[in-house]
Amino acid sequence: MPIPSIDFTVILPILILSCAALFVLLLDLFLSAERRGLNAYVSLAGVAAAAAATSLQIGRSGTTLEGMAVLDGFGLAFEWLLLGIAALSVLFSIPYVQQHNLNRGEYYVLMLFVTAGGMVMATSNDLITIFLGYELLSLSLYVLAAFARERAASGEAGMKYLLLGGFASAFLLYGIALTFGTTGTTNLTMIAAFFDKTPIAGNALPLIGLALLLIGFGFKIAAAPFHAWAPDVYEGAPTSVTAFMSSAAKVAGFAALARVLFVAFPSPALRLDWGNALAALAILTMTVGNIAALLQNNIKRLLAYSGIAHAGYILIALVTGTAQGLEAALFYLLAYTFMNLGAWSVVIALGRTGEERLDLSDFAGLSMRHPRLAAVMTLFLLSLAGIPPTAGLMGKWLIFSAAIQQNLIPLAVIGVLNSVVSLAYYLRVISLMYTRPADASFSLSPVARPLTVAIVVAAIGTLALGLLPAPVLQWVQIVRF
Amino acid sequence: MPDLSNLPYEQAIFYLVSALAVGCALAMILSKNAVHAALFMVANFGLVAVLYLLLRASFIATIQVIVYAGAIMVLFLFVIMMLNVQEADPRSSRGPQDRLFTLGSLAPLLGLGLLGALAYVALGVKQPAATSGGLVFANIQDVGALLFTRYLYPFEITSLLLLVAMIGAVVLAKRR
Repeated sequence: MPIPSIDFTVILPILILSCAALFVLLLDLFLSAERRGLNAYVSLAGVAAAAAATSLQIGRSGTTLEGMAVLDGFGLAFEWLLLGIAALSVLFSIPYVQQHNLNRGEYYVLMLFVTAGGMVMATSNDLITIFLGYELLSLSLYVLAAFARERAASGEAGMKYLLLGGFASAFLLYGIALTFGTTGTTNLTMIAAFFDKTPIAGNALPLIGLALLLIGFGFKIAAAPFHAWAPDVYEGAPTSVTAFMSSAAKVAGFAALARVLFVAFPSPALRLDWGNALAALAILTMTVGNIAALLQNNIKRLLAYSGIAHAGYILIALVTGTAQGLEAALFYLLAYTFMNLGAWSVVIALGRTGEERLDLSDFAGLSMRHPRLAAVMTLFLLSLAGIPPTAGLMGKWLIFSAAIQQNLIPLAVIGVLNSVVSLAYYLRVISLMYTRPADASFSLSPVARPLTVAIVVAAIGTLALGLLPAPVLQWVQIVRF
Repeated sequence: MPDLSNLPYEQAIFYLVSALAVGCALAMILSKNAVHAALFMVANFGLVAVLYLLLRASFIATIQVIVYAGAIMVLFLFVIMMLNVQEADPRSSRGPQDRLFTLGSLAPLLGLGLLGALAYVALGVKQPAATSGGLVFANIQDVGALLFTRYLYPFEITSLLLLVAMIGAVVLAKRR
């Protein structure tokens, strides 16, 4: 039995990150309670090493492990994005886990495994490994959501996520099975080759398989009507986990969805079908997210619905089915990472030991108590709403222009109308911060240094992508299969 | 190794076993007594093992019986008996009756719709379903060889997945 030769450089970032996770797991055993903080910095070093390994791969391409792992620009871009999310999330987790008595090594281990799972999803050319990456990411997130197990809400969030996530995995797996049943392969390139040669007219099997795949990924990116879990899970999970999951799971889900659709199902007949399905999902997701967000009084639920709405905008970029749309999606996900993680970091900064401030009324008078915090929160919210000169506007502009180029004008118009609706709830928070007096008993503890770094990086990113987008627009062009 | 290439009445056995497996699955979710449900699940696992045998995957069929029908179900029954789960009270298990027309009551309809769509597909399939692509799962040697060559990457990711499951169980259940 010949042992196949394996090009380990293709999966080097994933290997490094997994080793870092295992190292933190062991290290935690030898650390006394006061020195537990070291876990976070070792995790950061692991993320940095993985990012360095990713950088070494620029310009290279290839597949290994029987064509299951692939190295291409698309994979690289999403690996960087996921590693960036992990780095920011570790930073804002440091003060949070200390304040809420969650400071255990497993927290960071699971965070690294989520990232590794997302990277497997982004760099897999095979439905089997995409599914396993999806499970690695999901399983780690279920545990993280329930990590604050003293609080009943956290346990409930983990349980809800586990049960509904199990359903979503079953849908995804059934879709994979039907696709395999049609084509006889799980390799994405070979699936595309099969559909090139074989007409699918009159055979509904691949279409149902595709629909079930869309449900599986739609759950992970929290697209309506598969979004019902998101507000409850986001509200119950520890805030740092919510922030991490709202970015990492969405980015990984979009990476896998885009790769499956663009690599395995590009044949014109199928493209029309998934284009229409995604367009319907996009309209529903934007509208449901934005309208439900109007009614929220809890900042975690508000940001959850806002995240749902943003998934809708990004779906428009995928509907185009073009390289331009793919670039717009990557740009938007990068912008979303900065503004979303920034807004969540400010929410974390409002809390103090053993207590979180999650009601919208807690933002009242923030401009008086902490003008700088109020200012960056305003920046993040304006960017989420798509107001110049921020990353959000640039991202929306790219997506809507990609849609208009493909003659998807109704979709673009609905997207713009939705952005206008979203202004209402973002501005509500801003006006609370600047026009209402603060509650006298409200005291802010000083913002911890790692959290400050995370907020500053997110703010710089949000501004830079809006003011000087040229280098990033150049960079997003690496998104090629 | 007996010759399995030509089993008599293969189709008839397949349909009979499949129907029984679906019946057991339905009985499992419909039975009110948790122990009955668990026993129907054992029966379902056993019938699925027969389906694996029909696919000439004798090793996987054995594993199915030993691991699922054996080890996992023993754990299930153990937990059910330890928690002393009572028969569900039909009235208390339902929500308030006045919420008949909420969105939640659409769920069974949507589920039936999905079932209908799948049934429609099952009838509309044009090509014969694909074979295993030339792979052989007959014995331990074949499975082992595939795991360490063609499916090495999934195998390794699965090991991480199981590690995460273990970490998760310890983190959530350990007493502090």
